[in-house]
Amino acid sequence: MIQDLLVYVVFMGYAIGVMLGIATLFTWVERKQSAIMADRIGANRAYIRIPFTNIKLVWMGLFHGIADGAKMLLKENFTPKTYDRFCFNLAPWLAAVPVLVVFAVIPFGGTIVPGDLIPALHDFFGSRSYTMQVANLDAGILVIMAISGIGILGTMLAGWSSNNKFSLLGAARAASQMISYEVSMGLAIICLVVTYGTLDLNQMVQWQSGTLFGFLPAWGIIVQPLGFILFLTAAIAENKRVPFDLPECESELVAGYFTEYSAMKMGLFMLSEFIEIVVVSALLVTLFLGGYNLPYMNDTGFVFPGGSTLAMSHLAVVVTQVVTFLVKVVLVGCFQIQIRWSLPRFRYDQLMRFGWKFLLPFAAVNLVVTACVRWLTL
Amino acid sequence: MKKEYWNKPTMGLWERLYIFEVIRGLCITGGVFFGNMWKWITFRKGALTAYYPEEIRSDYSPNNRGRHILTQRPNGEVQCVSCNMCATVCPAYCIEIQSTANFEDPFHPKAPDRFEIDYSRCIFCGFCVEACPEDAIRMSKDVPNLPGFDRTKMWAPQDLLMNWQPQRNPAKVYPSAQTSTQEVHP
Ligand code: SF4
Ligand code: SF4
Repeated sequence: MIQDLLVYVVFMGYAIGVMLGIATLFTWVERKQSAIMADRIGANRAYIRIPFTNIKLVWMGLFHGIADGAKMLLKENFTPKTYDRFCFNLAPWLAAVPVLVVFAVIPFGGTIVPGDLIPALHDFFGSRSYTMQVANLDAGILVIMAISGIGILGTMLAGWSSNNKFSLLGAARAASQMISYEVSMGLAIICLVVTYGTLDLNQMVQWQSGTLFGFLPAWGIIVQPLGFILFLTAAIAENKRVPFDLPECESELVAGYFTEYSAMKMGLFMLSEFIEIVVVSALLVTLFLGGYNLPYMNDTGFVFPGGSTLAMSHLAVVVTQVVTFLVKVVLVGCFQIQIRWSLPRFRYDQLMRFGWKFLLPFAAVNLVVTACVRWLTL
Repeated sequence: MKKEYWNKPTMGLWERLYIFEVIRGLCITGGVFFGNMWKWITFRKGALTAYYPEEIRSDYSPNNRGRHILTQRPNGEVQCVSCNMCATVCPAYCIEIQSTANFEDPFHPKAPDRFEIDYSRCIFCGFCVEACPEDAIRMSKDVPNLPGFDRTKMWAPQDLLMNWQPQRNPAKVYPSAQTSTQEVHP
């Protein structure tokens, strides 16, 4: 019992650390990547001076994240005279917490046997094994859908309780946008469930460690290419980032639903946006890109298409899986940032048309085709 | 009836499908990104912009109106006669002149004691140069290297204006000893 507790506390710490760490990293990556894409240099002014010397550490602007955080924490928390103080204070938490919770069901590594990993702990742990995942739920994917749907409540509450027309408009846009895209996202996920035949994220990853036609890694992106595009689009729309940033478009709505927020409350919205990049990347990696496994890899080692195998020690497997997961998440996150800085924003009617008349039919067709193929091959 | 716009985009099926055009756009931005990244990795500069105060661009136009220079007579005295024309014409009101009398020199009895330009307000219009009857103030091609955190430090005093040694000479030559002695007191 105490062993389980210990292991899960470690997992939780790791998950939160990874999310916040990578989210902070992404604030830097976003600045630098957009700068390099646009032939600029990027943020490079924040520095830390070594005390009593004149040496300024700039480190390519890495400290801008710290400067941001400090600024948001130290700024005056200006609140408008809202008529709903409770909702106003609740909204940032409702926006940030679900994003954090979603990560709980995402497996960031395969099975771990702490007793085998560290021989000194063998007596303590025995042969208990854990999947590297904070909450090992059978219906993980449903939990993700359910919880990420709560995030919109925070957005709507923020817009409503601010008593500001820009905020309200942003919130209304966010709500309608979320509903439109959650439908396609749900359909894309159902396709996956039909393909993998399970709701458990960990089993999905294990399914993807197999091969297709004997040589292709059976990743979701290969089995369900259309599903991948649909899910990616819907996920970016959920995240309210650029091609779909209607709820907070600066040119029309000041800052959209968080216009009236300042200091760390506004920081929570920003942070949750960046954490959501990480979570969406993790989801994409888990559902479509083979999760924590390299191609042809499973919990015991590599099984190459020719039939040759490469057994690996438990330690090597665990380390490879954890590192692979992180690398994949960062790469997919960079890809999202690339999308964010490449595409222009939709007009509102285009957004709705794109959601209902383009994505939804494609998702439905994809589902029908997937179901037929599955039925025939079963 | 739906309004028809004269600049209605003409899109074929390919553009209408959107996704392929998106991929093309991503390829373009990605190409730029990796091209620039490659330059950075190989220790070259992969950006068109400059680190401003540390790095001064080399491609300023020869006509660029940069920092001011107070010209000097051959004997090192400031050429300005403190007529206040530049301060009057200056649209930003950023020239401050305090005059002093110099009875030793009958040709130039009046000279500035303090001549300061507030670079936090100067708009580099060049009117002061146009207005000066004595060719005493000029603008060099180089930009004033004065970015700072304190606006009181952005005042350029007379010393600096006279002696900050432009990296390149301004377009016009300084008046030679001959021409400057030609002026006759009425
Ligand atoms: S350049 Fe224009 S603004 Fe600057 S000091 Fe001369 S007259 Fe004034
Ligand atoms: S710089 Fe020229 S215009 Fe200005 S006070 Fe001196 S002589 Fe007069």
